[in-house]
Amino acid sequence: MADTVEIPVVWLQGAACSGCAVSLLNSFSPGIDTVLLRELTPGKHVNLRFLMTVMAGQGQQVVRVLADTAKAKAAGYVLVMEGAIQLTHRMFATLGEEDHREVPISKWAADLARSAMAVVAAGTCAAFGGIPAGQPNPTGCVSIAELLAREGINTPVINIPGCPPHPDWLIGSLAAIMRRGLNSIEVDDIGRPKMFYGQLVHETCPRRADFDAGKFAKAFGQGGCLYELGCKGPVTYADCPKRMWNSGTNWCVGAGSPCHGCVEPDFPDRLSPLYKKIDEERLNLFRVGRAAAE
Amino acid sequence: MDSAQPQVRSGKSVVIDPMTRIEGHMKVEAVVDGGLVKDARCRGTMFRGFERILSGRHPLDAVRIAQRVCGVCPTIHATASAFCLDEALGVADKIPDNGRLVRNLVLGSNYLQSHILHFFALSALDYADVTVLAGYEGDESELKTVKAFIDRGELAPFFPRYEGDYRCSKDENRLLIRNYLKALQVRRTAHEMLCVFGGKMPHNIDIVPGGVTSDVTADKIETFAGKLAQIRAFIEDVYIPSVLLVAGRYGDYFDIGAGCRRFLSYGAFNLDSASTDPVTRRRLLPAGVLDAGGKLSPVNIGGITEQVKYSYYDDSCASPPAEGSTWPKPEKAGAYSWLKAPRYEGAPTEVGPLARTMVGYAGGHPTIKADVDAALSATKLSGRKLPSVLGRHLARALEARRVCEAMAGWLDELKPGGPVAVEASIPQAGQGAGLVDGPRGALGHWIQIKDGRISLYQLVVPTTWNGSPRDAEGIPGPMEQALIGAPVKDADNPFEIARIIRSFDPCLACAVHMLTARGDTIGEYRIV
Repeated sequence: MADTVEIPVVWLQGAACSGCAVSLLNSFSPGIDTVLLRELTPGKHVNLRFLMTVMAGQGQQVVRVLADTAKAKAAGYVLVMEGAIQLTHRMFATLGEEDHREVPISKWAADLARSAMAVVAAGTCAAFGGIPAGQPNPTGCVSIAELLAREGINTPVINIPGCPPHPDWLIGSLAAIMRRGLNSIEVDDIGRPKMFYGQLVHETCPRRADFDAGKFAKAFGQGGCLYELGCKGPVTYADCPKRMWNSGTNWCVGAGSPCHGCVEPDFPDRLSPLYKKIDEERLNLFRVGRAAAE
Repeated sequence: MDSAQPQVRSGKSVVIDPMTRIEGHMKVEAVVDGGLVKDARCRGTMFRGFERILSGRHPLDAVRIAQRVCGVCPTIHATASAFCLDEALGVADKIPDNGRLVRNLVLGSNYLQSHILHFFALSALDYADVTVLAGYEGDESELKTVKAFIDRGELAPFFPRYEGDYRCSKDENRLLIRNYLKALQVRRTAHEMLCVFGGKMPHNIDIVPGGVTSDVTADKIETFAGKLAQIRAFIEDVYIPSVLLVAGRYGDYFDIGAGCRRFLSYGAFNLDSASTDPVTRRRLLPAGVLDAGGKLSPVNIGGITEQVKYSYYDDSCASPPAEGSTWPKPEKAGAYSWLKAPRYEGAPTEVGPLARTMVGYAGGHPTIKADVDAALSATKLSGRKLPSVLGRHLARALEARRVCEAMAGWLDELKPGGPVAVEASIPQAGQGAGLVDGPRGALGHWIQIKDGRISLYQLVVPTTWNGSPRDAEGIPGPMEQALIGAPVKDADNPFEIARIIRSFDPCLACAVHMLTARGDTIGEYRIV
């Protein structure tokens, strides 16, 4: 036990809904108790120093935890960012005080990212802006990668989008970083691990046979392919059909609902209206463009 | 003098920022003098502008976008949003029974998940001391794991913490920590159960205007029933006994944190599809308003207003929510919160499981009265006051059992293969209100449709009621009132304040929102 290496993880929440944190709690294999208490990979333990939803402490004592982590000389910790970063006004999101003045979360994000070994963008808001950055983006939300670019911070960012991301995508990516390093993870052209986001939903969908046979649901509750009801599976890269959600119980299409493409940078604005059929021209452009990029 | 500024000149200022083990971003400020809280302010510290994001979108998208206001309670937002759209689309009285029942089952699943999460993951570390397991010599696998964890010496996320008031015996602490770990699994099971019909969770996908998208099959019913049975056993054998154990050791918390003693419930879980009146329709959890004098009345929707004197919004924005328009003013003098101040007939009003229990008890609701009387008399709690920190925990636990039992009945009512939704078309113009209680209390969604698009969307959310700042009269919100007068033994470890705040189960992401009618450029600022 004495040989266990502690990997500090700080989980910061910006323009977020805590859905990514709750999805983390839904991890099935390993369960969240195992993640918190045992080694996640051989010889390494996630030392979850900061996550507002679960940690015992509050107030100045946990602000100190953040500040001490950011000051660490050796880049030995991982920053997990949940939520987008509001840039229009410093008071739109604050956490803790410094000299009796509220500290913007954007400052925490930049300070913590600067000396982290890696930044994990948990969820579509942190990865691409997501719903808080949806039209008209009232609080000037950007992704964590965009914040880092503006601040000239070179820490590598890995994107784990989803609204929320599947717990396997989060824990699996974290474990892969701990086991073999961030560079060992093969990512697509927008920073998503190919092991989770490597195939279109449409490619592995159990209703694909209905699509090929031209059997389409025309109203909610009907069987058949959900393409006519607005399914974005043909333009969405995720392994939901194979992995399924909530310990493998079900997934969106299994509940008779079209995929909304919640892992994509286009979510929500360019995939709206969510229940409108994607036009074939756009479909073709997307597939050609994506194939050419690879 | 500005009544939002601390009125007490002497005393020690206590700031808790961030308040944790709640949803979202919150700051609590108190002035403590002579061992008592003399003044308190609750501040919402994060703002996204959700209603503005909804404006102009396709009405069907409202449910999916609005539920993402909160990842802890998306299901109730999906429900309220579907209700307001049912009305706007003219199908509120046409929801098939399967659709109504699946909505109830999905919402009920998240009630159970939310209540279990709240008592264990969010609250238990205020009452249970994990350090007793350092000396554990027994054979239970989970507890041996905790001991090994402690022996390694890095105790995050269980440290740092407030110190000085852990009262349980070694055995009781072990039991509570074991139950805390068990609860992490059972709340996940509740999400799995939800997902049988809801597709995925957080952000279930099945609830739509007109009903639900998920078909009803015998297989789904039995999968759901199997998970429900596990959760029901946990509530009976672990959750309620854990609350009673804590109640036995921390009995003074039945005298702390009373709050404003006025209660509002919209009710929840529709029992038939025909009635649509938000005030009189039949619901499992009853609607009503109970005033401080014990008088019970039906909900008067017209009595709901929102005030903004101490909120970061333009002063012109105080209005009934159906007409709400809000303009952010982050530099506004005297303002201290991104929450508005909802008031019922002019007064601060508490919402949530305690409010539903008080309303139901006052109205002679048979199971609520029997549950509460049994819990109070079977223990040494008789004569204690329900409006209190522990009263809120107890009300939540008893409500979880009540909802669980009703869900078992709804499963029996489902008809495999029957219709789950009625087709509805989007009108060029329309409006609707969706009023329903979620795990944390009374929730309202209001929609207006113009030219086939959302022209206005407004939410009044449970934590906006409970966590509201002062109103135009300077009257503090319910959580602020619960703090004022409370004891604080050690201003450096103000665990009393944390316990009072957490008893309300605050959800700040939901509570902060706005709608702007004008364009918005405040200018970018630089990060230092």
